[in-house]
Amino acid sequence: MDAVNWHTIFFWLFAMLACGFAVGVVVTNNIVRMACCLVASLGAVAGLFFLAGTEFVGAVQLMVYVGGTMVLLVFGVMLTARGPFVSMQTGGGQWILATIIGGALLAVLLQAAFSVPQWMAPKPLVPQAAPAPTAATLGLALMGVRVDKLERPDPVLRKGMSGYLLAFEIISVHLVVVLVGAAYLARAKRALGPRPIGLGGRSAPPLGAAQK
Amino acid sequence: MAEFLLSISAPAWLAYSVAALIQCALLLAVALGSAAISIWLERKVSARIQDRLGPTRVGGRFGWLQPPADGLKLLCKEDIIPAAADGPLFRLAPYISFCTAFCVFLALPFANNWVALRLNVGVFFILAVSGLEVFGVILGGYASGSKWSLYGAMREAAQVVSYEVPMALCVVVPVLIVGSMDLVEIGNHQAGWFWHWHVFHDPFTFATFWIYMTCAVASTNRAPFDLAEAESELVAGFLTEYSGFRWVVFFMAEYPAMFLVSGLASVLFLGGWNGPIPIASLLHLTPAVHPLAGWIGNLLGMCNFIAKGVLGITCMIWLRWTLPRLRIDQVMTTCLKYCVPLASAMLAGVMLWMYLLPGGVWTQAEQLWSPSTVNAATAVRREQAPGPPRPAEKQAHHEPEPMDVVWTR
Repeated sequence: MDAVNWHTIFFWLFAMLACGFAVGVVVTNNIVRMACCLVASLGAVAGLFFLAGTEFVGAVQLMVYVGGTMVLLVFGVMLTARGPFVSMQTGGGQWILATIIGGALLAVLLQAAFSVPQWMAPKPLVPQAAPAPTAATLGLALMGVRVDKLERPDPVLRKGMSGYLLAFEIISVHLVVVLVGAAYLARAKRALGPRPIGLGGRSAPPLGAAQK
Repeated sequence: MAEFLLSISAPAWLAYSVAALIQCALLLAVALGSAAISIWLERKVSARIQDRLGPTRVGGRFGWLQPPADGLKLLCKEDIIPAAADGPLFRLAPYISFCTAFCVFLALPFANNWVALRLNVGVFFILAVSGLEVFGVILGGYASGSKWSLYGAMREAAQVVSYEVPMALCVVVPVLIVGSMDLVEIGNHQAGWFWHWHVFHDPFTFATFWIYMTCAVASTNRAPFDLAEAESELVAGFLTEYSGFRWVVFFMAEYPAMFLVSGLASVLFLGGWNGPIPIASLLHLTPAVHPLAGWIGNLLGMCNFIAKGVLGITCMIWLRWTLPRLRIDQVMTTCLKYCVPLASAMLAGVMLWMYLLPGGVWTQAEQLWSPSTVNAATAVRREQAPGPPRPAEKQAHHEPEPMDVVWTR
């Protein structure tokens, strides 16, 4: 009884939860229950991340995916629903299409997973002192500094460590554009026509005025 | 804990299971104990504010046994599920709220290194998990099949999603000062007298603390932000259809959440377990002297932390019985037009302060009074100040190296 491996037990628990609720998403008809299953499935995946010792990714999973699904549930389902409890009927064609796409993705992922030689055979449990992972390295990499590459012994490989600043900036600008667009679409429509004088209806000052 | 059990030759599986169970039980005791104490405090404080006495007879002079009596009464009530409700979701919702409120305590440190799960991203974990608490409320409101509940849930969703933004911006400020998201490290950074607390670090952090508290009250769904259960408009909001035990479970999520935001405020801004007066270090109760002394020092620190948490709860109760409820548009205006811009400005201000005058007001004052004897630690800190390199440093490095190598020096 000395060989109870809690890690494996919790891996199986979270993995079964994730898969079970994923099946639940497919077989349920009620949209809100579907979203709940999706939240539970994504939460179980976050649990897998925590189990792997990657707390940052786990917390991001909780914040972005689980929290995001929640917002989707609220604003996508509750605000657009006409009846009290919406149920969704899927036709046969949609089932076939979804099965083909899902099956193809599963095949690709399985092929990739089984092609990794380290995962083929069960390894003996070796307790290894992993370095304490910190989020600081990740943060610096997002700001364009790859500190982790400084430890590379080969100076040729040490170059080209531009980090992810460009990607980070592009995503940030993209999100700002989306936010501004959403705010523009959501605001109350104003009546077109001449604005009342004295309520901000003046035109912008000419360019020269600002330079004086 | 597990190491101790292993040292007295317990089998490994038993050692880890027992250690896990003890930690879970301790955390559950904190969560439920904070709920019981807060309910009693709420009754007493609200009574005093309204010039009443509150509970006086249940269990002695001060009504100590009022929370168990309340609990017993509610357990005996009939458990009603409306015919229009979505049964499984309706039953599930309170437990989601409670589980998330309980999970957050995993990452909350009670004293130096006394934390169930010391995470490198502790603050982020707490923000992420406490944001999920609203899921139970939304689900409960939707599954009740009642318009009042649905309105309450919609308001709650809009409010919590909005207030997460300024709250996260405020939390970033202490993280920026310490340079870590580890809550234990943030707490230890403020060791010493009360002027080492982050709230007194500089004027910007002082303002940030008040913005944080505003958002914290809003995120726990308490008055004056309790729009989701506004009884004068929405009967009881998302709680309208709940009764008996499930209703209790919702409140066992709300009160621990109050303790959590106060505790987080205490770690981030009010020194955590480091008191106004550093009693533990003045009495040499540090692990360097003796392990037991360090343990007693930590115990004092934990009492200090819990006292600050209870003080925070008391202030929230005081606010609830003092201020009138806001309208929903006023709630959104407070968040989007005041809290978010103010928090962003404070964040920028702290960045500027850390770049120009690292070390806080106290360190600066120390240097002004005795500029000749500059603290060695301060000098080291100043050299390691974060930020882009100064022009002089840039000119010093003219080797053909990539730019970012220079940055990391």
